[in-house]
Amino acid sequence: MMPVVVEMPRPARPLQIVRFDSKTRLLHVVVMVTFLGLAATGMPLLFSEAPWARVLAMLFGGFHGAGLVHRVFGAALLAGVVFHVADVFWRAFVRGERGLFWGPDSMVPQPKDFADFYGQMKWFVGLGPQPKFERFAYWEKFDYWAVMWGTAIMGAAGLILWFPVLASRILPGWMFNVALFVHGAEAALAIGFIFVVHFFNGHLRPGKFPMDLVIFTGSLTAEELRHERAGEFERLRRTGAIETLSVPAPGPALVRRARIAGAAGLMLGLALVALILYAVAH
Amino acid sequence: MWIRIGALVAILWVAALPAAGQSPPKPPANDDCLACHDATATRPNGQSMALDAKRFEASTHGPLACVDCHADLAKLTEFPHADKLAKVECGSCHDDIRSKYRDSIHAYGKEVVGLSVAPACADCHGKHDIKPHTDVTSRVYHTRIAETCGSCHNGIKAHFDTSIHAAALRKGDAKAPSCADCHTAHAIQRADTDKWRLDVTAECGSCHAQVVDSFRRTFHGKVTELGFSRVAACADCHGAHDILPASNPASTISKARLVSTCGKCHRGANEQFVKYDPHPDPQDYSRSAVLWWANRFYWLLIPGCFGFFGLHSALWFWRAARERRRKGGAA
Repeated sequence: MMPVVVEMPRPARPLQIVRFDSKTRLLHVVVMVTFLGLAATGMPLLFSEAPWARVLAMLFGGFHGAGLVHRVFGAALLAGVVFHVADVFWRAFVRGERGLFWGPDSMVPQPKDFADFYGQMKWFVGLGPQPKFERFAYWEKFDYWAVMWGTAIMGAAGLILWFPVLASRILPGWMFNVALFVHGAEAALAIGFIFVVHFFNGHLRPGKFPMDLVIFTGSLTAEELRHERAGEFERLRRTGAIETLSVPAPGPALVRRARIAGAAGLMLGLALVALILYAVAH
Repeated sequence: MWIRIGALVAILWVAALPAAGQSPPKPPANDDCLACHDATATRPNGQSMALDAKRFEASTHGPLACVDCHADLAKLTEFPHADKLAKVECGSCHDDIRSKYRDSIHAYGKEVVGLSVAPACADCHGKHDIKPHTDVTSRVYHTRIAETCGSCHNGIKAHFDTSIHAAALRKGDAKAPSCADCHTAHAIQRADTDKWRLDVTAECGSCHAQVVDSFRRTFHGKVTELGFSRVAACADCHGAHDILPASNPASTISKARLVSTCGKCHRGANEQFVKYDPHPDPQDYSRSAVLWWANRFYWLLIPGCFGFFGLHSALWFWRAARERRRKGGAA
């Protein structure tokens, strides 16, 4: 399919730019659904003394049902992340794609990220303009690496707890204690981080409220790109890539689906946060 | 119509007059009963109908009249009375205990299944020599109750006698548990139900509070706290009646037996596996240094992370709101 080619520097109708390919969007949906499912089925155990814990577990069919759903979602999330890592390496080493491990399109932290962070702090307190962010801003890279780190830790600990007899062939039994503790603490960190920090940065903050649909639709308007990621916008215009990356605007059906998915995820996540706050307060 | 009813009432009232005029028959006094039931009294067929008046008077019911319990004799005027008396209804005074007993497995056995061996009140408490449970000579006194329960449950009694709890009781430790501390005195339930298995954790915790607290940190403790019984509760590892400390080689949790105890659920458990700590304490460095460090690490990481990004979000919100106001004002 040919992208819409716009001859003039100022397009007649709003230019729509690709930000996420379909693989990335699918991965986000997988992470989102499995993460919500893992949180909802794991929280009854983490907060087993809370009055809602048993009710939440019973929603999934009790100990067996919740345990099964938790393992299925855990395996799916692990599979998604393993697939993603394999895909990155395949793109880099088999297809010879450049810029995955270094540069403006890379998820690897760049010197510019530290400068951007400093600039953003100055902007927060009114000592300068907002930095010209590149494709992935420093808080997005933090989100990304948090998922990678979190899945590795949670996945390893979860597998130990899932197969303790097998694990005991290489690990001493007290590692199960450590695994359970780390699984719970990392879960508290991840749930809090995703349902509060990521929700705010990605969706709820002024300018994005109530949500940013780009992760579901895959594209955003050039105007949004210029405003949100001035660095990337200027680079794309300079190299001319802005035109090869332009696509038709998402249809109303896709936008509606994206809204429903986003709203459902946000509301479920915030409901789980409310349960945690209730448990901590009592 | 009303006239006829009035007449009927009047006739009945008049008919009742002679009875109301007489004093009611005086119930027999204890001495009247003892006149026949002396210490050596026998029925014509040689069966004893003796009553040891001294023992009865020393019992907790000593101040009562015989007919307070044998209520069917209170209105009797002709003696000797019939051989078969009505059942004594302890619950007419001890109503709260009757209601507990009625929910028990003993009452179910007695009243529903019709088991002749299922006990009612007198089988544990005795009859004319009942003593309060606080009296050292009572059959249900703390250190003697196992003997009483064991008169039926002799197999369990033999197990219990080997336990550290029984040893402590023999030494006169008033805090050591006997049968009723875990099973209750009157509302005794089947011990093989899931509910009982999980609820008894609280009984263990009434003495071993810290041990149960640490258990609640584990997967076993959390799942059972939610009311699901597939995983281990106290007795599954420690045994029920024959509980012994880990230092005793006969204990289910002794070094020699731990692999087979864990292996009951975790098939294939080995020496490495049983290094698991079923009662961990992340605050206790000597129990597990790695767990202690993990606890430390996350107690820094979690507040640090939320503190940092909380502040980050708050500042962002504040700045973005200001920018919008400024732009809104300009436009």
